[in-house]
Amino acid sequence: MDQHYPLFYVFHFYLFGVIAIASALAFVTRKSPVAAALWLVNTMFALAALYVMLDADFIAAMQVLVYAGAIMVVFLFVVMLLNLGHPSEIPDARGKWWKIAAALVGLALLSMVMTISRTRLPESLVMPRDFSVTQAAKYNAVGTIARPLFNEYLLAFELTSVLLLVAIAGAVVLGRGRESNAR
Amino acid sequence: MLLQQVAAQAASHPLSGTVAEWLWLLPVLPLAGFVANGLLSLNSARLGPSDPNAPHHHPHSLAAADAPAISHAEQAGAVGDDHHAVKRHRWAGLTSIIGPGVLVASFLLALSIFFAMKGAHMETPFIQRYFSWMPAGDLQIDAAFQLDQLSMVMVLVITGVGALIHIFSIGYMRDDPGYPRYFAYLNLFVFFMLVLVLGANYPVLFVGWEGVGLCSYLLIGYWFSEKANADAGKKAFIVNRIGDFGFLVAMFLLFANLGVLDFAGVNAKATELQAGGALVTAICLFMFLGCAGKSAQIPLYVWLPDAMAGPTPVSALIHAATMVTAGVYLIARSAVLFSLSPVASLTVAIVGAVTAIFAATIGLKQWDIKKVLAYSTVSQLGYMFIGVGVGAYVSGVFHLVTHAFFKALLFLGAGSVIHAMHVAYHRTHSHDDAQDMRNMGGLRRFMPVTWVLMWIATLAISGIPPFAGFFSKDEILGATFSRAQGSTLASATWLGIPGSSLLYAIYALGLISALLTAIYMTRLMLYTFHGPNRTGATEEGYLHEAPWVMTGPLVVLGVLSLIGGWLNIPKIANDLLGLGPSESLHHWLEPVVGGATARIAAGGHHPTVTLEEILIGAAIVIAIAGIAIAFARLKPARLVPKREARQEEGFERVLLNKYFVDEGYDRAIVNPTYAISRTVLWKGVDNGLIDGFLVNGSAAVARGFGWVGSRLQTGSTGIYAWAVVVGVIAVLGAFTLR
Amino acid sequence: MLAESLAISAVLFTIGVVGVLVHRNAIIIFMCVELMLTAVNLTFVAFSRFYGATGQVFVVFVMTVSAAEAAVGLAIIIAIFRHRQTVNLSDINLLKG
Repeated sequence: MDQHYPLFYVFHFYLFGVIAIASALAFVTRKSPVAAALWLVNTMFALAALYVMLDADFIAAMQVLVYAGAIMVVFLFVVMLLNLGHPSEIPDARGKWWKIAAALVGLALLSMVMTISRTRLPESLVMPRDFSVTQAAKYNAVGTIARPLFNEYLLAFELTSVLLLVAIAGAVVLGRGRESNAR
Repeated sequence: MLLQQVAAQAASHPLSGTVAEWLWLLPVLPLAGFVANGLLSLNSARLGPSDPNAPHHHPHSLAAADAPAISHAEQAGAVGDDHHAVKRHRWAGLTSIIGPGVLVASFLLALSIFFAMKGAHMETPFIQRYFSWMPAGDLQIDAAFQLDQLSMVMVLVITGVGALIHIFSIGYMRDDPGYPRYFAYLNLFVFFMLVLVLGANYPVLFVGWEGVGLCSYLLIGYWFSEKANADAGKKAFIVNRIGDFGFLVAMFLLFANLGVLDFAGVNAKATELQAGGALVTAICLFMFLGCAGKSAQIPLYVWLPDAMAGPTPVSALIHAATMVTAGVYLIARSAVLFSLSPVASLTVAIVGAVTAIFAATIGLKQWDIKKVLAYSTVSQLGYMFIGVGVGAYVSGVFHLVTHAFFKALLFLGAGSVIHAMHVAYHRTHSHDDAQDMRNMGGLRRFMPVTWVLMWIATLAISGIPPFAGFFSKDEILGATFSRAQGSTLASATWLGIPGSSLLYAIYALGLISALLTAIYMTRLMLYTFHGPNRTGATEEGYLHEAPWVMTGPLVVLGVLSLIGGWLNIPKIANDLLGLGPSESLHHWLEPVVGGATARIAAGGHHPTVTLEEILIGAAIVIAIAGIAIAFARLKPARLVPKREARQEEGFERVLLNKYFVDEGYDRAIVNPTYAISRTVLWKGVDNGLIDGFLVNGSAAVARGFGWVGSRLQTGSTGIYAWAVVVGVIAVLGAFTLR
Repeated sequence: MLAESLAISAVLFTIGVVGVLVHRNAIIIFMCVELMLTAVNLTFVAFSRFYGATGQVFVVFVMTVSAAEAAVGLAIIIAIFRHRQTVNLSDINLLKG
């Protein structure tokens, strides 16, 4: 993308990118689940900021609400419920050699993903530049997503609702535990 | 494509719209009989008193294996404590109606078709297509029936003689525990035989060909609880497979070079083949290999004498009158091909002649009455092959027809004799051989009807005028002689030998076998019916004539043996005797084999009347001489029963043991095959390679993989995650580094 | 900014993978998976910025699925913990046949 961006924009983009990566690194190195969860929430917030900068306002709001607000809270809730807050209770991370191997694997994976991300897209996939910007100007932030969601992807959308229903039922059955057997 | 043209012609065929449209019903009737009787026999297998696996304590070896059913069933009980009641099958009455009934119906239908045909004066065969059987690329094979003069003759013989033998079987087999099974097989056989002669192309014919082989196997081994009988069936089956291989190769060659397999197409295209060329000779020789297997010619004749293990009516129907003549039919059917290859035709004639004399010499010294007749059949089949080999296709078919009459009569008469002997031995609890002629003698006093009829058949087969065999045999010999004087065959060479001298040799061999035929047949009659009785003093009282249901068909066959030759009376004889239209069969078969006969006879000339009279005279003199020699040399009075007989010596022993051909085949083929099968195929290939390497080896490899896989299945999801990531890296690496 | 977005996304995804490989606490591994999903979301959004709104629609689907997954997965973890009193993957080999 050889588009020109203002320095202010570029600076903040890199800032939030660095915050996201740094928080992720902090998250992955924690031994305590609670600390890890909080660092992950931080990553989510940084990513939400990046979404805003990428003109996906609605997704950014969803990111904060669903991921940071709902999912991570559930995680923390489970950690508390199981009383796993104390880090020394579980010998969490694997040994030294495992870590080195994991780092090597991660490096290999990273290099490959980066390489692939630099390959050119097929022409048939390329849409008019700044397509979503014009869309957003036309239909506003929610309409940009709602329009395809309720037209082309209506069936998939309805199926996700079924998926959620199944997930709720499954979670209830699994979480009910012993007292159901006792009854 | 050709077939469709012919089918289009058939629409305007003189036979279309007549009773011949019911052609399909001819074989379907016996098939229905097979189904009905088969169902009845299944019923007994579950509920009835008979058990096919029950031990039959048969006292005799193979020679006596053909025990008439009555004693067969009873004997099982007799060996026990006391006489059992006869184990007659619960559905025997129904079977007696269905089994022969369908055959009679089929024969009546055949007769009406025959009369329709007689009025139609058809020149082309009447073909009925039923459905497309094998549409595979260039190979277009229809399930189609073809009716022409040749198949009409065969159909009449099969259904006519077949119906008589079915009726005879009622009396002969009624008390066998497997009675419906017997009739089911017999009906199935007739079905396949009709498919064989009605098929409009070689594959359909082949279906019938294999089908009759199957039924022959089933009926030879009908009393399969005796190992010898089952072995005889297997022998027939295996030897026939060798011949079928030849037939199949001939069909492949035909298709590869002509592109068609239906008779009309082959006959139309055969002339494209180079006459006398290697290709047509190869086709004909391979086809003749098939004929030699089915029709028991050297070197594949060995199965037929063993086939006498089956019930005697089966021997009469399958192994004398119909199935074994299928080879003759096939050559007559393929007359166009054979007429194009003098070498193949000469081969057929030579093999026929050598077989005729070879089997006749063996027949001289056999003691088993059925074995004599079996070798006689082989010998007479040789005669038929001389006929079709020298291009006298009509004469070959003519001898086929008359032979069907008198040989069926001989076999059924022998069956009647064996029946009487067995009953006598059974009543007296004797374990002597009921088929050995040394145990017979003087039976004419007890069985006068059989005696007279058997003499008629003997005179017919020996060639005494005016009996049937005289005309047909004389025609074959006469044709051979005239071909020797001038024809395509005479001008050809066979392995460097000029054809004409070969044909003279064949004629001489034919004459000598005619002499031998007269001798061994008279010997059979003398030892069986004349002289003093050697059955035994007590047994004598139980000898009696067979019931009318058995003698009735014998009488009909006797009449046919007497007048059957008048079908095709040579002109010269007719001038003398004035018996009616001469050479009727010749004119009848003219549209089928006329062209082929003319091609072979080309360059020859009709023999002069004097020469013809000399030839006929020679044949008559030879026949009478044979009978006279037999009467002069053989003294039935000096014969002793089998158990007192001395061992034969010298050449007699060689003849009695059939030139040790079976033993030779054992040494040369059977035992090496066993040895190779045991050491190489079984121990080496099967145990070592297949079991050891392929079966156990692949199992070991699978188990090895399983062991490795089970080590990997730690159940720890962390390890699985590692495996997944490594796999992802591998896949992505393949993408990236491409 | 597409290249930068993709780079950030790749780094986050790899961090998630390494976390899955290194950790033995089921809950943290779960969170690593969530991080991977979010990284993919960033890719979608970045592409959608430049190539059309479909990417954002997929982000919605991914969020829905991850929410469902979190619900069921955490329920499973709770169930396992009730039985075994641990969420350490080294102690759990239920998948072993």
